[in-house]
Amino acid sequence: MDLNLYTAHELSDLISNKKVKVEEVVNSHFNRIDSVDSKLGAYLYLAKTEAIDKAREIDNKISQGGKTGRLAGIPVSIKDNISVQGMQNSCASKILKGYISPYDAHVIEKIKGEDGIILGKLNMDEFAMGSSTENSACRVTRNPWDTERVPGGSSGGSAVCVSAFESPLALGTDTGGSVRQPASLCGVVGLKPTYGRVSRYGAVAFGSTLDQIGTFARDVEDCALLNQYIAGVDQRDSTTANIEVPNYQSSLTKDLKGKRIGVPKEYFGEGLDEGVRKAVFEALRVFEENGAIVKECSLPLSDYSLAAYYIISSAEASSNLARFDGIRYGHRATEFNDAVDIYYKSRSQGFGPEVKRRIMLGTYVLSAGYYDAYYKKALKVRNLIKQDFSRVLKDFDAIVCPTSPTTAFKIGEKSGDVLSMYLSDIYTVPVNVAGLPGISIPCGMVNNLPVGLQIIGNYYREDVLFNIAYSFEKSTNWHKMKPNI
Amino acid sequence: MEFESVIGLEVHAELSTKTKIYCGCSTEFGGEPNSHVCPVCLGLPGSLPTLNKKVVEYGIKTGLALNCSITNLGRMDRKNYFYPDCSKDYQITQDELPICRDGYIDIELQDGTKKRIRIERIHIEEDAGKLLHTAAGTLVDFNRSGVPLIEIVSWPDMRTPEEATLYLQKLKSILFSLGVSDCKMEQGSLRCDGNISVMKKGSTKFGVRAEIKNLNSFKSLEKAFEFEIVRHIKAIEQGEVLTQETRRWDESSNITINMRSKEEANDYRYFPEGDLVTLNISDEWIKEIKNTIPELPYEKAERFVASYGIPKYDAGVLTLNFEMSEFFDETAKISKDPKAASNWLMGDISRMMNEKHLTVENLKFSPSELSELIKLINDGIISNNIGKKVIENMFETGKAPKSIIEEKGLIQNNNEAEILDVVKKIIQDNPKSVEDFKNGKKRAIGFIVGLIMKETKGKANPQIVNALVNSEMNKI
Repeated sequence: MDLNLYTAHELSDLISNKKVKVEEVVNSHFNRIDSVDSKLGAYLYLAKTEAIDKAREIDNKISQGGKTGRLAGIPVSIKDNISVQGMQNSCASKILKGYISPYDAHVIEKIKGEDGIILGKLNMDEFAMGSSTENSACRVTRNPWDTERVPGGSSGGSAVCVSAFESPLALGTDTGGSVRQPASLCGVVGLKPTYGRVSRYGAVAFGSTLDQIGTFARDVEDCALLNQYIAGVDQRDSTTANIEVPNYQSSLTKDLKGKRIGVPKEYFGEGLDEGVRKAVFEALRVFEENGAIVKECSLPLSDYSLAAYYIISSAEASSNLARFDGIRYGHRATEFNDAVDIYYKSRSQGFGPEVKRRIMLGTYVLSAGYYDAYYKKALKVRNLIKQDFSRVLKDFDAIVCPTSPTTAFKIGEKSGDVLSMYLSDIYTVPVNVAGLPGISIPCGMVNNLPVGLQIIGNYYREDVLFNIAYSFEKSTNWHKMKPNI
Repeated sequence: MEFESVIGLEVHAELSTKTKIYCGCSTEFGGEPNSHVCPVCLGLPGSLPTLNKKVVEYGIKTGLALNCSITNLGRMDRKNYFYPDCSKDYQITQDELPICRDGYIDIELQDGTKKRIRIERIHIEEDAGKLLHTAAGTLVDFNRSGVPLIEIVSWPDMRTPEEATLYLQKLKSILFSLGVSDCKMEQGSLRCDGNISVMKKGSTKFGVRAEIKNLNSFKSLEKAFEFEIVRHIKAIEQGEVLTQETRRWDESSNITINMRSKEEANDYRYFPEGDLVTLNISDEWIKEIKNTIPELPYEKAERFVASYGIPKYDAGVLTLNFEMSEFFDETAKISKDPKAASNWLMGDISRMMNEKHLTVENLKFSPSELSELIKLINDGIISNNIGKKVIENMFETGKAPKSIIEEKGLIQNNNEAEILDVVKKIIQDNPKSVEDFKNGKKRAIGFIVGLIMKETKGKANPQIVNALVNSEMNKI
């Protein structure tokens, strides 16, 4: 029995009905990792011993009739920028080489509290800056559908491990599309919850007002399952809201009849791959068939999102990444003259080119004399973009558009062209700028490469996203496609 | 040419909250290095700050006591700079929207006139860690990292180092009385930087200013400003161009030393702290905090002068210490004799406390017992001199004045007939004194009175003794 082929909710049933042991579940995933990950490069760290110990502990508990958590025995893999006690947290950067986190992120506490099992840490673009995972200082990660192609990014490892059946669930972070875009390129489900829905405590900050921890799964039900247990208020993250987390499971099967879906015309313009466009329009027809009212809408200000995003996220990053200075942890230059020299050399050696580019850009836009022209203006644009979405979301329950303008591109294809790389997040970035929730689900194939459909909802209405996404999934088979790896 | 200086102060006070401003670690002073730390105050990857509400409360309390307007909408900002004692390489502070603005402190100059020193702003922020320079290299202790601070920024309204001292003294006493800071300058919980410039007396155009760091005692504050005034005047008189700069007071050599020029000044790239939400301060909360503000020392002194009629100087002395002011206030109320209460407390009681190195908290008697003593004297039960003996006994034993008097038989004798017998006897026994008196030596009366008091062990009512001696002597 290839237990790694099952979804989390299927595994959960098998485990609770004592059909399989947790240790078998965990072993089957590590076997899969052992056989395919050398070709894919999703994992940076494997927690085999810890995972198997935990599996046996849960098996014992089950055999003795003890009470177990609601994720009991379910493997979850973690992007390497979310703190897990006792494990590395490298952010795929040389500057955090040797750093072991002494504490658990809020989401990790939650998963451990529900008896979930952490398999390991996943590759990513360095400090979550990038859209292809090519900016990792550690290794290349390849798309399971075509290993010559990128998996997307920055949570490339997360998307790949779920897509390639190395883990049923994974966590990523999404600052401008880093969960949804790789989910789209790898043919899996990826949710970026509302800003404030999931505590960021323990996730290494990139853009503090944009970052959000998100979930990867092979179907909507699994995605909802994991999100159910990590969402909610946390005293340690002031930006989380004390709003009740609804039961997502019960919202999945609600009737779509009368649901209003907006299709923003600006998200179908220049740069959109024709195959992707067709697949998304085909999906719109499915929604109509399921009873939804699909209508065109307009989000004219989204055009300015990318500019505002790169100013705000880089400004925040330039400050957030200051602490990687070689003084307390991580990489420190071996030769230096004084404290300032430690900073210069450690940071020059430790950060990769994209991270340096963003730090410089962010430092510039916050500098005296440029603050008003760039940073302050970007904040104003951000407010207008929020208003733009709010206006549309008064008339519609959700907005549907492509997740990414293209399917997975070739490794190296865009790495020399920063702007074209940035443009691959053009449909996901506005959602972060506005702080809204968005989900990407598989909605078609172009040349044997997955296409992702993005559903954007109102603040704290992840339940609506799950409902619409689940309805689509029940009517199609795209989520059942398996990469040949 | 006559010159005058223009001075403004930036005062940092460590707030005496139990926990740090952005995490739950203890703020206790001392302790093993890096023992009061957590992922937040160590700036570990992924950690997030949360704002300690008590810090905001203390900030507002201070603002209200310093006559500031309190904002309803505050915001935390980041100040970016690299330094090894700064765990995140930015400080979370307040830039554009501080919690308090536009306050003032009235200081009283030596000639008795009042001068208002305006306060520009008060904001809350975090302290940094501490560098320890050892033979093995420089180490960092992050125990102090995240200890809450308030920064109180004055306008350049002071014109002499003395005014700056008066301002700082008053500010310190207010912060201490509010209970928001222990204000221990020697431990660094109250720190001061200053701006100073020099201009022609009466001019309205300020000179080029220097920012002086490290004015961490009243002595260094005055000396540093005096040094700067001389330096500025010399430069102006010699036609040198002064440049805006930051200097540091060096206590060992008694000079200020250049740290950096304006060109070298940091660009701190302030911007909003996205990890903390907007500070919404309701009028109800401000009102609630206002109710917790105790009467401040200077307000109390003013009240003592106004309602008890005691001299300004006495009121000042009695309000230097909170416990003393409370003891006096109660005694004055119960005894209804504020002057006597003040005399006892500032006189014999203070003297005995100084001798024994005790404070008001250590006194074994209460304001009502001191009031009882005052009443006994005022009612003529005992004399003032006996009172001095009684207070000594009260100080030693804590016994009530009445029981001391009874025990020692110190009750004043007001029986004229009895006293007259003694008067007659003493006069008879001292013919020489009577003769002296007849020859115009009025002092002889005092000698006779002294002998009578001795004979009666001080218990005879001195007024009766005096009256009887006078009339008896004149009869002769």
